[in-house]
Amino acid sequence: MNEITQSRKPPVATTGILGWLRMNLFSNWVNSLISLFVLYILFQFIPWILNWTVFAADFKYNFNGEEIINREMCSRVLDPETGGACWAIIYVRFYQFMYGFYPREEVWRVNLSYIMLAIAIVPLLFDKFPFRKHFLKFTYVFPIIAFFLLNGGLGLEPVSTNKWGGLLVTLVLGCTGIALAFPLGIVLALGRRSNLPVISMMCTLFIEFIRGVPLITLLFFGMVMLPLFLPEGIDMDGLARVLVAVTLFQAAYMAEVIRGGLQAIPQGQYEAARSIGLSYWQMNRKVVLPQAIRISIPSIVNTSIGLFKDTTLVIIVGLLDLLGIGRGALADTTWLGLAYEVYFFVSLVFFIFTFGMSRYSLYLEKKLKTGINMGAD
Amino acid sequence: MKKLLSIFAVLAFAFSAHAGTLDDVKNRGFLKCGVTTGLAGFAAPDDNGEWAGLDADMCRAVAVAVFGDRSKVEFITTTGKSRFPTLASGEVDMLARNTTWTISRDVNLGFEFVGVNFYDGQGFMVPSALGVSSAKELDGATVCIQTGTTTELNLADFFRLNGIGYEALPIETNDEGKENLFAGRCDVYTTDASGLSSTRAAAANPDKWVVLPEIISKEPLGPLVRHGDHQWGDVVRWSLNAMIIAEELGVTSENVDAQKSSNVPEVLRLLGVEGSYGEMLELAPDWAYQIIKQIGNYSESYEANVGPDTPLEIARGLNALWTQGGILYAPPFR
Repeated sequence: MNEITQSRKPPVATTGILGWLRMNLFSNWVNSLISLFVLYILFQFIPWILNWTVFAADFKYNFNGEEIINREMCSRVLDPETGGACWAIIYVRFYQFMYGFYPREEVWRVNLSYIMLAIAIVPLLFDKFPFRKHFLKFTYVFPIIAFFLLNGGLGLEPVSTNKWGGLLVTLVLGCTGIALAFPLGIVLALGRRSNLPVISMMCTLFIEFIRGVPLITLLFFGMVMLPLFLPEGIDMDGLARVLVAVTLFQAAYMAEVIRGGLQAIPQGQYEAARSIGLSYWQMNRKVVLPQAIRISIPSIVNTSIGLFKDTTLVIIVGLLDLLGIGRGALADTTWLGLAYEVYFFVSLVFFIFTFGMSRYSLYLEKKLKTGINMGAD
Repeated sequence: MKKLLSIFAVLAFAFSAHAGTLDDVKNRGFLKCGVTTGLAGFAAPDDNGEWAGLDADMCRAVAVAVFGDRSKVEFITTTGKSRFPTLASGEVDMLARNTTWTISRDVNLGFEFVGVNFYDGQGFMVPSALGVSSAKELDGATVCIQTGTTTELNLADFFRLNGIGYEALPIETNDEGKENLFAGRCDVYTTDASGLSSTRAAAANPDKWVVLPEIISKEPLGPLVRHGDHQWGDVVRWSLNAMIIAEELGVTSENVDAQKSSNVPEVLRLLGVEGSYGEMLELAPDWAYQIIKQIGNYSESYEANVGPDTPLEIARGLNALWTQGGILYAPPFR
């Protein structure tokens, strides 16, 4: 046996597209049947949806080449057989979907905030970003800049939050909720695991109370009950009240997620950190939390996505977020009955944001290799 | 810091003496008016983000009466559940939010309805394929019903009175009712007749739906204010009445300038040429003239927002003037 065995190529049936198909879609007869069924459904559905959303759809002009200004001019109303989606409602009201009723002459402030949000958030997300340290300083001051930019003050014309709407409200609620809830959640999680009975009891009480009621209840409490307790004449801003409710809600969930991560850290890590003389805060900051948060990434992103979608509940208390603006558009007699277009557009916007978040979390997991059991090696 | 100081100032002010709503509104510089989050014909943002509709016009009329400027109004959106607390807590100065005037709301909730700007009534809409010609034939039907509204109570009363049963499918908004009905998840959708008209107008094929003849309730919709501030209540009440009286007298936004030299005494009083009615209300002498000039009379507002020429196609019906077979009636302007 001193001949070198010629290395053979793997069987065709296990490599390439064919192999992948065989392994994943047609590995046994049950899977094959399901695959065929799904393919059939996709085959039926995809051409139809593409046709409706793109090929037969109106964007600005209908099939007669007229600019669409009301529902009666949509191709699908003129000819229900062949007409596709009537995106003109989105086109005409795009400003409202993005900014709500923000005054047009001041809208540069919103756009500038969006651009600065990108500058603040991208270096935070990717650690290979050039000059990251300097950008991160900007990230810390960004919320203050954004507050004055959007709300007015410091020489800028004040714009009441009542005029905010659409994606602006959705993003303000989502971003502020997530950004504030994260540190608050860490503090609550550490507090709940604290050895000091008063702190631990207070944190537990807070978390359990908030988790025990639905978000709608908190929103109602903030929106409806709070003003009754405040003395007459004191106007706490409506959006601010909702923000408080959303942040507290998110913080309670975030705390439990992070507590889950903390519990997964072996006791040895704590003892090791203590034995080299680290204080409680040093131990948490340098040893425990980095590991705990790393394990919790999927759940953190999960609750964040949940919150982002939950922001649509603010319609119940009368704030017009992206979905609320969509509903308002449907109540305009000019556009009655174009519900599919509006809801499709709103879902698409939400999908872009939530899908982005979940992709980022996957990237982060891969980079940090959270799957590996860190305590064991 | 400035804001903090102003909060303290307001606090001190609130504890010392409470001025009337009219003064509050004047000091603030604009009116805060509670409207719905979107109801076709009554209040909905148009393509330019301007609120339009019968209720939105009501808000604007009051803003014009106080400031002489239709843009001095901030619309606060409220839902069926949040509207009353929002008014009670003083977050809005008035509500014009297709709200039914009932004794409990007027008395028990501590509000004051100042008039009626639309006489509505609860009706039923079913698919024509159901082959039903009267609501009394709806035994065992699944009914889509908005929770927390008077329609819910009316529905229960009507079915109990006629000894027939139904299954309720609770919904939150008009949109939801629409979609549930069109998707066949409920056999019947019941809400105010005006709402049914907009639902029918939005259907892909309006002929496939019928509104049954029964109107099972009185739904007088009108603007309301907080109880106890009669001066402010009067301002809102007479802003509405001025629009109705203008229609009676044939004064429109187009001929209002010519009517200033009319020989009808009531027209002259209404337009502030004679008398001191503005002074009585602590408003400008030409407050009603400005309402008619900038908003129009009741008929103009009705025709532009819900009338037969709009997609809603709601005939005047009960909302015609008392002289024309309806019940719209305003006390004399003298």
